[in-house]
Amino acid sequence: MQQTSWRFWSLVLFLGAIVAAGVGTWFYQMYMGFGMTGINNPVYWAFYITNFVFWIGISHAGTLISAILRLVNAGWRRPVTRCAEVITVFALMIGAMFPIIHLGRPWLFFWLIPYPSSRLIWPNFRSPLVWDFFAITTYLTGSVLFLLLPMIPDFALVRDRTTGWRHWVYGKLALGWQGTTKQWHRLESAMQIMAIAILPVAVSVHTIVSFDFSMAPVPMWHSTMFGPYFVAGAIFSGIAGLIIAMATLRKLLHLEDYLHPLHFQNLGKLLLMMSLLWGYFVFAERLTVWCGNEPSEMEVFWVTQRGSFAPLCWTMVVCNFVIPFAILSLKKLRTISGCVVASCGVLVGMWLERFLIVVPSLSHKYLPYAWGHYRPRPVEIMITVSTFAAMMLLYTLFAKLVPDHLGVGAQGRRASVSPEHRRGQARARLVDHQSMKAVYGLYAEPHDVQRVFHGLLAAGLPEGRITIISSDPIEE
Amino acid sequence: MRRGAVRAGVSDLRSHHTAEGLNAQSLQPLHRHACCANACPYSVRYFDFFNPEWPKPLHLQLNPDVSVREVGVMEKCTFCVQRINATVGEAKAEKRELKDGDIKPACVQSCSARALVFGDLNDPESDVSRLSKSPRGSKLLEDVGTLPKITYLSRQSQT
Repeated sequence: MQQTSWRFWSLVLFLGAIVAAGVGTWFYQMYMGFGMTGINNPVYWAFYITNFVFWIGISHAGTLISAILRLVNAGWRRPVTRCAEVITVFALMIGAMFPIIHLGRPWLFFWLIPYPSSRLIWPNFRSPLVWDFFAITTYLTGSVLFLLLPMIPDFALVRDRTTGWRHWVYGKLALGWQGTTKQWHRLESAMQIMAIAILPVAVSVHTIVSFDFSMAPVPMWHSTMFGPYFVAGAIFSGIAGLIIAMATLRKLLHLEDYLHPLHFQNLGKLLLMMSLLWGYFVFAERLTVWCGNEPSEMEVFWVTQRGSFAPLCWTMVVCNFVIPFAILSLKKLRTISGCVVASCGVLVGMWLERFLIVVPSLSHKYLPYAWGHYRPRPVEIMITVSTFAAMMLLYTLFAKLVPDHLGVGAQGRRASVSPEHRRGQARARLVDHQSMKAVYGLYAEPHDVQRVFHGLLAAGLPEGRITIISSDPIEE
Repeated sequence: MRRGAVRAGVSDLRSHHTAEGLNAQSLQPLHRHACCANACPYSVRYFDFFNPEWPKPLHLQLNPDVSVREVGVMEKCTFCVQRINATVGEAKAEKRELKDGDIKPACVQSCSARALVFGDLNDPESDVSRLSKSPRGSKLLEDVGTLPKITYLSRQSQT
C-alpha cells in the first residue's frame, strides 16, 4: 500500500490527462456558449442526458446489488460487495455532474438548492430538475454511508499498522474503532438498517430519472412503464459494470483466490435474468405503441425501427439481448471471459438504449414543421470520453488509498487480500503483536477463519488474544 | 398551454400560470436543463446558445422594456407581458376599467392584415371570445391536453 509502482503513476497520469482534457472542454463550452454542442431546437437533450441516465444507471450496481444480496444472505456476495459499492459512489458522482454540465449557466447551479435567498424565490418543485437534485443527493449520501460503514474496521487496521500522517488520517477515518464486540454489533445493525433503507432510495432515484421523460407529453416518453423500465435497465447495466470492474481487478491485483469463477457464474446468471427482463420491457413497450397506432408515436417508432436510428436500435438489441442471451444461457460459455464479453455488450447496448430514448422522441415531436436533427459535436464526445476515464481514475485511486479494497469479509469483516499476504499463514506474520487489541478483518468463509486462526497460533500469538467474530457458525 | 411546459418548468418558478391565464415565464430565467423546452409539445421555447452581439448601430433596435438575455437562457413568447403590465398600470392610474383592445402585443399591433386579435377570453363581449367561439375555430394540439388558449380560424370556404 505504501509502495507505488511506475505502472500505477503512468496509468494515473494517462487517465488524469483525459479527465483534464474533459474539464478543459467543459470550460471551453462555458466560455464559448452552449452552441458549441450539437444540441439544437428541438433536440435539447442528447449526449449529456444520455450520459446522465447511463451513469446513474451504472450506480445501481453497488448499493442495490450489495444490499439485495446482503438481505437475502447470499454467501457468495462477499468479494463482490465493496467492489460494487465503490462503483455506485463514483458513478453517482460522475452522473450528477451532467445536469450541471448541461445547464445554460452552470455557475448558477446552486439556485437549485432551496435556501432563503435575496431573490425570495424557491425552486419550482414541479420541475424534474429539482426532483433529480433531491433524489441524487439522497442517494449519494446514502450510498456513501453504505460504503464507508463497513470500511471502518479496515481503516482501523491501517491506522494500527502505519505511522506519521497516514496514521493520523486513517485514525480519523476509523472513528475510534477498537474492535470490541459491542462495536461490531453496532456496526452490524447499522449495516442492516442501511441495507434496508437504501433499496427504496435506489429504486426511487431511477424512477425519478425516468420521470424527467415520462412526465412530459412527448411521443414515446409519456408512458406509465418508464419507472420500472428505467430501474430494470439500471440494474442491468450496473451488473455489467460490476462484472467488468471485478474481472479487471482480478487480473491486475491477482485476486484469483478470492474472485472465483463461481462469482462470475452467479453474476452472469443475474445478468442473464436482467437481459431477459430488459427484452421483455422493450417488447412490451414497442408492441403496445405499435398496436396503439397513435400517429405521433408511430413517427418515433418507425424512425427508430427502420429509419435513421435503426442501425443504432438493432445494435442495441444485439448487444443487450442477443449476445448476453447466447453467451450466458450456455453453461460452457458462462466463464469469466464470457461474462466480460457479455457485459461489454450490455454497456454499449444500454448507452445506446438511453440515447434512443432521448433523441428520436425529441427530434420527432407532434408538429412535423418543428422536427429536427441531432449530430454530436467534438465537445460532447470529449466530455463523454472523459467521464469513462474519470471512472477508471477514481477507481484506481480508490484501490490505492483504501485498505483491503476487495474485502472478503461479511458485513465489515474483511481481510487483506494483497498478493503477498493473502494466505492465513502469511497474514498472521504481519500482525503486530504489541499493539494488537483484536484481529481486525477476519475471513468470513469458515475454512478461511480457521486458516487465519492457525496462522496466528503458528506466529506465536497466545490463543486468549485472538478474537474471531463471524456471522457464520465457526466450527471448532 | 398548461400541461407540458408549465409542469416541467425549471427551477426558480419561472414558468407558471398567471392569474390572467398566460403561460408566463420570467425573462431572466437561469437554467437550461431544458426540461421545459423538451416537454413543450409545440417546440416554441427557444434557447440562447451564445451571448448575443449587436454591432452598432443595431443595438439601438433593442426594446428598452425587455432585458437583453445572456447565454444560457430559455425564452418564450409572453404575449408581450411588459405591454400588458404597462396598460394595466395606466388604467389603474387613470382609475378606469380596461377596455377590449386596450392591450396590443407587438405582433397584433404590427400585423398589416389585422389577422391577429388579442383580448380577455373571460369577457363574453370581447372580440376575442366572440371569434374563439366561431365554428371556423380550431386549437392546435388540443388533444394532447395542453388546454390551449389560442384559436386559429380557418379560411372561409367559398364553395
